[in-house]
Amino acid sequence: MTNVPHNAKRTVGWMGIHRGHKARPVEWLAEKFIYLISLTAILMVFLIFVFVAREAMPLVMGKMNSAAARPVIAAKEMDKLKPDELRDYLGLTAKEFQQLDKEALTALMEVREEEAKEAPKDKDATVNTTEWKYLLGAHHWSDSRPEDRYVWQPIGRIHKYNLWPLIIGSLKTTIVALLFSVPLALAAAIYVSQLSSPSLKEWLKPAIELLSGVPSVVLGFFGLIVMATFLQGTFGYQSRLNAFVAGIALGLAVIPVVFSIAEDALTSVPRSYTQAALALGASKWQAAWQIVLPAAAPGVFAAVVLGFGRAIGETMVVLMASGNASIMSLSLFDSTRSITATIAAELAEAVFGGHHYRMLFLIGAMLFIVTFLTNLAGDLIMHRLKGRLEGRAK
Amino acid sequence: MAAFSPSQVTLNASKPAEGAGAPLIQTDGVNLHYGSSHALKNISVTLGERHVTAFIGPSGCGKSTFLRCFNRMNDLIDSVRITGSIKIGGQDIYSPDVDVIELRKRIGMVFQRSNPFPKSIYDNITYGLKLHGMKAKSDLDATVEQSLRGAALWDEVKDRLHTSALGLSGGQQQRLCIARAIAIKPEILLMDEPASALDPIATAKIEELILELKKDFTIVIVTHNMQQAARISDHTAFFYLGELIEFGTTAKIFTNPAKRQTEDYVTGRFG
Amino acid sequence: MNPATASSNKLDFRSRGFDFVSFAFTSLTGLATLLILAILAIILANVVWHGWGTFSWRFVTGSADQDMFDVNKAGILPMVIGTALRVLVMTLFVVPIGVITAVYLTEYAQSTAVTTRIIRGAVNNLAGVPSIVFGLFGLGFFISFIGGAMDAGRAEPHWGKPAILWASLTLAVMTLPLVIVATEESLRAITPGLREASLALGATKLETILKIVLPEALPGILTGGILAVGRAGGEVAPILFTGAAYYMRDLPKAATDQFMDLGYHVFILSTQSPDIEKTRPILFATVLALLLLTLSLNLIAVVVRARVRKRMRAGH
Repeated sequence: MTNVPHNAKRTVGWMGIHRGHKARPVEWLAEKFIYLISLTAILMVFLIFVFVAREAMPLVMGKMNSAAARPVIAAKEMDKLKPDELRDYLGLTAKEFQQLDKEALTALMEVREEEAKEAPKDKDATVNTTEWKYLLGAHHWSDSRPEDRYVWQPIGRIHKYNLWPLIIGSLKTTIVALLFSVPLALAAAIYVSQLSSPSLKEWLKPAIELLSGVPSVVLGFFGLIVMATFLQGTFGYQSRLNAFVAGIALGLAVIPVVFSIAEDALTSVPRSYTQAALALGASKWQAAWQIVLPAAAPGVFAAVVLGFGRAIGETMVVLMASGNASIMSLSLFDSTRSITATIAAELAEAVFGGHHYRMLFLIGAMLFIVTFLTNLAGDLIMHRLKGRLEGRAK
Repeated sequence: MAAFSPSQVTLNASKPAEGAGAPLIQTDGVNLHYGSSHALKNISVTLGERHVTAFIGPSGCGKSTFLRCFNRMNDLIDSVRITGSIKIGGQDIYSPDVDVIELRKRIGMVFQRSNPFPKSIYDNITYGLKLHGMKAKSDLDATVEQSLRGAALWDEVKDRLHTSALGLSGGQQQRLCIARAIAIKPEILLMDEPASALDPIATAKIEELILELKKDFTIVIVTHNMQQAARISDHTAFFYLGELIEFGTTAKIFTNPAKRQTEDYVTGRFG
Repeated sequence: MNPATASSNKLDFRSRGFDFVSFAFTSLTGLATLLILAILAIILANVVWHGWGTFSWRFVTGSADQDMFDVNKAGILPMVIGTALRVLVMTLFVVPIGVITAVYLTEYAQSTAVTTRIIRGAVNNLAGVPSIVFGLFGLGFFISFIGGAMDAGRAEPHWGKPAILWASLTLAVMTLPLVIVATEESLRAITPGLREASLALGATKLETILKIVLPEALPGILTGGILAVGRAGGEVAPILFTGAAYYMRDLPKAATDQFMDLGYHVFILSTQSPDIEKTRPILFATVLALLLLTLSLNLIAVVVRARVRKRMRAGH
């Protein structure tokens, strides 16, 4: 006799299976809820772009005027202006404008008149430095040497916002960082993924990845306090803090990024490739160099691209170790200032909603776009690598 | 398999089962596509209640896929399309108002690789029961014992019900999975190569168990072991390249197959 | 060629001597690996060597209200508490959202669907956004937009100013990809057999996820959370304008208070000290405290993750 219970209540017939898919509203709701939450990542990328760009928008649209001396309208002529014109003239938002009565507005107009009396009268004073030609082109400023120059100097009588010193500064530190970190990280990735024994790999990989757990402020500190002095002693250059020191310290932040991605790409090449090469009499390094590396090439390239994105976006290391002088110079041994460090150092002092404030958001938005494109490129390359290794696409 | 010939087959003595043939599962013109590949081609078959039906055929012939149509496990794969009708107890299980969850509660399944949950033996069995709303401790305890006895596992594990199921041997794990499946009292038990990962002794125990379970359940079993099919099943269906080549009583399929392909396969000349 | 020589060549298995290229290739790549590890070791050793002397119980539990540049009086308790609080609040936001997103991607999403690819792209992209841009975002979105809207009708800004809440939210956005990726990895490590077993017993998808899949994925979820905490614990750039304070006499009491922060304090001590030689010991000790916090968390995450990966290999 069987031991299966007979006391069980069994539904007779199969009608019970008909309940319809609407019978489980909780299940349906949960799925929709999970779906909605999963869109957060998309929403956030979108919001980051929108809200960084939003603060920079008036600048891009040419709505800001940074000139020290601006045309003045006498307070008694206030009634001749239309409300919109008056509001633009005083630089108020619609809400602020509504809250002010006529007396307050008159007072503001008088303040402007007073300001105009004290404003400098030279030719620079009337220049709106937020125009694109001043942001990107060289200009001959009357208070500096008599030649066309690229200057970022937001504090002072004339606010100079030329972007090139910052762009060059970012590129200099980034290039040094990549030149230092990419060869090291790739060599280590080849060694760990192809040449080391499996038991050694179990230790090496997490140990190197531990470097990514060192906060960038600590790398900046190390560059500033320890490495700067050591490197200056070794190479004997003038400025203690410069693009070179910052680049090397930055390289330490880039190494784990490049290593991880390259190592993953190399490991994802099927073992059978290596085994086939070894069976044909290749040595281990030949298999790694001639078979595995070419197969994983897109992934290795993506590693470098994403390393670039990490380097150009890093803030604290550059802020602390580069010296922060916005000098237009191609020398690696001059003090230098990057886009990220500029934002970090100056935003706290910028007047909320002013042209300096918006300028910093503008360079932030530029940075976002650059890293967005870098990441997109890295992503697409990795996708192609995956397709290639799985034999889908060519 | 090469030495296997029909004369060596020891056929299940008790068949054909008396009162056989109250049709329970009827399929009509079932076609299944995985993306662009046509995995099942126009399959029509009727399986009887309280019978053991074996699906045999070479790897990739569609036998497991067909089995998974009965409890709609194929729904879990994105790119699957199914046409034709599958009726169980006269109800079309692919009709839009069928609740898959209800369906699966009525059809138990045992998989090729034993897949106990990483919980205790006791919790493995009560998992399904709790889903079905059984709460009282006494009921749960009683059902756990009944199902473990039903799966011939009780004596081996009764002293360690609350230890992890992952500590059991492969054969014990598979019998636990059977116990878990029969605990919720399904009408049909689907078995997808339940003994393929087990050693001969564990396999023998599972086969013995299937013959016991046959008294209470309609069993459909996929196997690539032909002796196993011959030993335990009442009816056998032979699949090849997504087609149902032949279906009949096990005795007939193994001793007097109508089709050449079937004969080649059961005599081991295949390939 | 003489057949006799050919055959003797064929059977000659003796080593062809020293393979210089092979040796050079292996040793160069090996040296690169060693160099990276050496740099890491030098950083750690340097910090421990110079920081250990000052790193005392009094230092860790002392307050900063005397003189934060004085070796004998300075303490870092307010910074430790500030960092811990902002990381805790961040975890409350990032872990649920990250885990749910990972569940969607592994359990519900069709891998070929356009939405799935966009979500994945967004996650990867979010991971690469520069930390300073997160700072700008926190200021532009959380503080001026959300905080500003909450302050509507108030004379003094209450929400619309830097605060621990906004700093934590900014960090939550930043660490979202870490949690998603770690959780996803551990969800994928679970054999499909477990899900099938549960579904075949008549469990619904939600029941399967809640009762079988998530408990199994717990180590991975923990890894993600720990990694996020380790990463956020040391980040300074995103909190520069969203909540970190140079100095505060009191500990933060409300979500709208600012806070002192360990990482930011390292920055202040490195760059703002009136006499760097005198503050050096405090600086090293503070760095040591920060490293102990972030590296120990990372170490735990690495160990848990290694276990998950090992099990994944055993399972498949």
